[in-house]
Amino acid sequence: MRAVENAVKVKIPKNARIIRNLLHGAQFQHDHIVHFYHLHALDWVDIVSALSADPAKTAALADNVSNAPWGGAVYFKEVQQRIKTFVDSGQLGPFNNAYWGHPAYKLPPEANLMAAAHYIEALKLQAKAARMHAIFGGKNPHPQSLVVGGVTCVADLTPDRIAEFLFITKETQEFINKVYIPDLLAVASFYKDWGAIGGTTNFLAWGEFPEGDNEPDSLLMPRGVIMKRDIAGMKMAIQEKVTEHVAHGWYEDGDAKHPYIGETKPKHGDYVTDKKYSWFKAPRYDGEPCEVGPLARVLVAYGKGNKEIKALVDSTLAKLGVPVQALFSTLGRTAARGLETVAIGAATERWVMELIENLKSGDTKTYTAWEMPNSAMGVGLNDVPRGSLGHWIKIENKVIKNYQYVVPSTWNLGPRCDKGKLGPVEEALIGTPVADPKRPLEILRTIHSFDPCIACGVHVIDPESNQVYDIKVL
Amino acid sequence: MEKERDFFEKLEKRGVSRRDFMRYCTFLTATMGLSSSFVPKVAEVFAAPAQRPPVVWLQFGECTGCTESLLRSIYPGIDQLVLEILSIEYHETIMAAAGKQAEENLHNAVKKYEGKFVCVVEGAVATKYDGAYGKIGGKTFLQIAKEVCPKAAAVICYGTCSTFGGVQAANPNPGGYKGVGEAIGIKTLNIPGCPPNPVNLVGTIVSYLLLGKLPALDNLGRPLFAYGKSVHDQCQRRSHFENNEFVKEFGSKEAAMGYCLYKMGCRGPETFNNCPTAKFNDGTSWPVEAGHPCLGCSEPNFWDKMSPFYKEM
Repeated sequence: MRAVENAVKVKIPKNARIIRNLLHGAQFQHDHIVHFYHLHALDWVDIVSALSADPAKTAALADNVSNAPWGGAVYFKEVQQRIKTFVDSGQLGPFNNAYWGHPAYKLPPEANLMAAAHYIEALKLQAKAARMHAIFGGKNPHPQSLVVGGVTCVADLTPDRIAEFLFITKETQEFINKVYIPDLLAVASFYKDWGAIGGTTNFLAWGEFPEGDNEPDSLLMPRGVIMKRDIAGMKMAIQEKVTEHVAHGWYEDGDAKHPYIGETKPKHGDYVTDKKYSWFKAPRYDGEPCEVGPLARVLVAYGKGNKEIKALVDSTLAKLGVPVQALFSTLGRTAARGLETVAIGAATERWVMELIENLKSGDTKTYTAWEMPNSAMGVGLNDVPRGSLGHWIKIENKVIKNYQYVVPSTWNLGPRCDKGKLGPVEEALIGTPVADPKRPLEILRTIHSFDPCIACGVHVIDPESNQVYDIKVL
Repeated sequence: MEKERDFFEKLEKRGVSRRDFMRYCTFLTATMGLSSSFVPKVAEVFAAPAQRPPVVWLQFGECTGCTESLLRSIYPGIDQLVLEILSIEYHETIMAAAGKQAEENLHNAVKKYEGKFVCVVEGAVATKYDGAYGKIGGKTFLQIAKEVCPKAAAVICYGTCSTFGGVQAANPNPGGYKGVGEAIGIKTLNIPGCPPNPVNLVGTIVSYLLLGKLPALDNLGRPLFAYGKSVHDQCQRRSHFENNEFVKEFGSKEAAMGYCLYKMGCRGPETFNNCPTAKFNDGTSWPVEAGHPCLGCSEPNFWDKMSPFYKEM
């Protein structure tokens, strides 16, 4: 959308910019909650251990660490009973055959029960939070109100719709501040060693949420690139420096290319790790691999001196008693995701007010008409929950001549480039301690912390037996 | 009766009143086209069956949007579906097991429940080059589909990709992607849509649990209760079509008044689905209500057939 708008040179109206921020802000909040509780928590939380928790002690723990609206011994007893009934049925369904009882699980039973209860509450909350998307987007997933030039939901700019959006935002934020963040801190306090595992070196954020006309200066989450962990040396990121390599991807061989002249010529082959082993291309910034996602965004905002992010990061580091270097890790990545959810949630509420004020001023414009030029080029850069996203389009004779996009999981999970440099996830996994190679829970922690958008395969080598274990992460 | 009272007590503790729940069951019963005498029976299905029916959920060439849509189910919530109503034996997104252990789950479930499990498929199957374009754990989608699907009591294709191939099968389709039925030559029950509406999957499952059989289908394998009428025929904006009141530009006065989107390229007249009546996300909205033309996302080959979008038919 932004790439085409850039190519056809159309400026969207203020209402459209705000509504896109609202939709996208809702998406971030929803996605990050689901990631933490449903796609990542079970790497740290042993559900089976929750069965042996004392509900009264769990209630005391919950009162201590969390401001959750649900609690008390009766509540936790009931959750425990629900889990017990489920386990006793003998049909363990999606919880069957996981790494329960693994020595790398460090939470006491009571913390496991609290987390299990919030896993269930988060399932309910996320269905409600997704309604924010549907209000101005028609449905979730895959909202359908965005068009080149603006948004289509002009008939939904009514007090009832806006109020509905506002109050779901408030409810979601309450969950984020009273449940998600306290849970994150509680779990993290048992896993501080993960503040030194799973880190990478370079970070890229295109940034997101324009709060005015002049991008990238107006972005809430700023644009920037950090090389070699030098936060203070953060620089503006420039799209011209992006290339994609295919040396280790299942594509016809060729030189590294900028996306404007990029090619996608798939050529399937066997899985040969020293040759080709991935359907991903390998994106590079100035020749270097870069991690993208919540950690990159938070580091760039921190480097830029964003007050809100800086305060959130510094207070979290202080609460956990870990140094700033702990950010460069699996734990740092997972924490950064939570912290930016707080900032984006608060901003979403501000944007609702901005929309109301703008409508009050008499501006009801939601769309700018445009014409397709004969030929044009355009780029759209932004950040989505998983990381930096870029689209590049070339138009000739009013139709698409070339279209390339470089998505977050390509940055993070891409293979080596033609210089042999490892992709960020490859780098992050090196040196991960694995207690039991047949049950590599630790590997899952780091891979899941990137919120990958693929099913991928990794190899683990046991340095003693040199035996190679083929591990599949689903 | 006791079981029922128990059930409602539990529901209330979770913040769902008996009245809300019965209203949902009435809605679901009506969506399924059953008479109102079925409402209490529909409610009974949700009151925790002794043996939860096993479900194997396969994911092939897809974006997980179909799974995401199911997570948006409100009554029953996904927590109830997973913990109390169904037994989801295998599902890559939500299951805790990974790698070899995950594959064991699939293998064991298919063996243990052969002929008894419901197989839900999300995503299309690559068929060219022996299926080389799509693999999980070294096995092609094609192999997995051939191994698992024929052993199920029923195969439900959830979403446009597993039903008709979806975006993977759009021109030029380098991987030779196809819907599951066509890829391996079996009959499937189809709930297309991008995403499909979870109400229609839940309705199908309730029908299966309640009547012991799958609902009546049209010639494309789609349940008639959901896909029996065109979007156009059920659209709230239909009267504007009859009155020649059309939107000709987004954001216009006509758009603000909710006029008909036919001239903006709406594919409602050739799309069969219940979006206008069931709506999405607990009845919050649907694309035309949000001012966007229907793209025909639940029809066969919609990427090629329905495009260029935004052009009048």
